[in-house]
Amino acid sequence: MDSMTLIAIVSMICAGVTIAVGSVAPALGEGRAVSAALNSLAQQPDAASTITRTLFVGLAMIESIAIYCLVISMILIFANPFWNHVIAQTTGK
Amino acid sequence: MRLSPDELVFWHYGFVSLNSTIVTTWALMLVMTVGAMLITRKLKTEGDISRWQGFLEIVVTTIQQQIKEVGLQYPEKYLGFIGTLFLFIAVSNLCAILPWYEPPTGSLSTTSALAVSVFVAVLLFGIEEQGLGGYLRSYLKPTFIMLPFNIISELSRTFALAIRLFGNIMSGTLIVGILLTIAPFLFPIFMNLLGLLTGMVQAYIFSILATVYIAAATRTRAA
Repeated sequence: MDSMTLIAIVSMICAGVTIAVGSVAPALGEGRAVSAALNSLAQQPDAASTITRTLFVGLAMIESIAIYCLVISMILIFANPFWNHVIAQTTGK
Repeated sequence: MRLSPDELVFWHYGFVSLNSTIVTTWALMLVMTVGAMLITRKLKTEGDISRWQGFLEIVVTTIQQQIKEVGLQYPEKYLGFIGTLFLFIAVSNLCAILPWYEPPTGSLSTTSALAVSVFVAVLLFGIEEQGLGGYLRSYLKPTFIMLPFNIISELSRTFALAIRLFGNIMSGTLIVGILLTIAPFLFPIFMNLLGLLTGMVQAYIFSILATVYIAAATRTRAA
């Protein structure tokens, strides 16, 4: 199998595995964060604004891990440098 | 499929090129500045306050209150920088509801510029509060072995700020673009709505994180 096919196969498989595996852990982490926030809201409802704000900041930091995986996956599918290089070679030939 | 508004070039001459990011940013700056000038032309403290002035007062006092809640005691010093961050990112993400509009925060150049400006601002505010020696000494704070880890954490915080905002906004516009080719009738509208919501949340997160970093850099003297 020539290099073009190999690059395409590996890129597609890696893009799928990246986003699939990379969204498991942040989702679990966010679930635990929200559950802890709900517990503390139930215990102390008048600290609601502080708890909510801290919850959002924490969720954003956890979410950014999933965003890193999404960005890699999108780059592999849509802006793949190896694929562009190989395409440029074959059209230039 | 265009991955970022940087690739749409309107005009270039030599090495200077005006791409969609720059033109959209200029348009946003013009709209926000002219709007603010028009609203604050006749400020009143009593009597019949116009609705626009009331709206701006709500925005400014809310940002001031949020800065104070994070722990900065004199929010007026930081209100300009943090308020500008929040308003620019919020307006540029909210305008995504307009047709043919690509948010400039969906380009890595804009978000990197904003993250670098937060990095420089933390440096400057920290030096202003603690003096140059005191601020540099804060990097040795728990023990001096932590010096490389503190530096790495500063750099990775900046990188994470840039990538977080870029990833959220870019994936929002990309998802709507993909859905328009697959299921064009109702589903892209919901994804556009979700994109507006995450745009506002990301604007809030960016400015709150900037506030937290500035508070961490300026607080160490009292602790």
